[in-house]
Amino acid sequence: MSDDRLSVVFAALADPTRRAILGRLAEGEATVTELASPFDISLPAISKHLKVLQRAGLIEQGRQAQWRPCRLQAGPLREAADWVEQYRRFWEQSFDRLDEYLHELQRKEQEDGPDHK
Amino acid sequence: MVPTTNETFAVTMPSDREVVMTRLFDAPRELVFKAYTDPECIPHWWGPRLLTTVIEKQELWPGGGWRFAQTDPEGSVYGFHGEYREVVPPSRVVSTFEFEGAPGHVLVETVTFEEEDGKTRLTSHALFANPEDRNGMMEADMVSGAREGLDRLAELLETLA
Repeated sequence: MSDDRLSVVFAALADPTRRAILGRLAEGEATVTELASPFDISLPAISKHLKVLQRAGLIEQGRQAQWRPCRLQAGPLREAADWVEQYRRFWEQSFDRLDEYLHELQRKEQEDGPDHK
Repeated sequence: MVPTTNETFAVTMPSDREVVMTRLFDAPRELVFKAYTDPECIPHWWGPRLLTTVIEKQELWPGGGWRFAQTDPEGSVYGFHGEYREVVPPSRVVSTFEFEGAPGHVLVETVTFEEEDGKTRLTSHALFANPEDRNGMMEADMVSGAREGLDRLAELLETLA
């Protein structure tokens, strides 16, 4: 996935309604009406959200005119998750080490008494 | 916003140019600030355990430069450098950050240290020049996403909820 594409995915994920829609689709495919039912917003508004998700490649919609179930597309979401994971891992490891190091420093301070650092 | 959290650590993306991380440390603020900025302390915690960090330059004042070099077990060296913009002990450091493997992509990092019930909350705010830089940031050490399937998705969606 190109960087631009990843930006489009993150932009699509930035909205709570769209994340809720993805959460629903993670359980299985659903029609637009089914997707709209938990929300207090109009069908056209839901359709707009679905278009954003579709453009980001996060969902696909069936072709049949009446029954057009939406389905989750796993790839782009996984790549977005991978990015966050990489970043998180680097800093989480650093912060874990800093945490341990701070404990060590505090232990040393106690052993050496208040006059030493 | 794409947050991932455990009890003390959180990553959020308030916009397509920013990444914010916070972590709570069970230590006084002065000590956290010292460990975060002292050249003798930094190699003890900066970066993944497998890498050795050497502080080659650290001029901890506005306009001063810094350079860290990390060596992996195979002997490859990765350089990072930047410039300090604000240094306010024990509460705030603003600096630029550039990975030498991707020159020209400079981000501005603001690190704040706040007291919280005897503990210290460290917040790192990274501001990238553009969304592409943010996305490209971690490519240098991208590990191939070996884990397949829907479990990762479920995890991500849980963290998004």
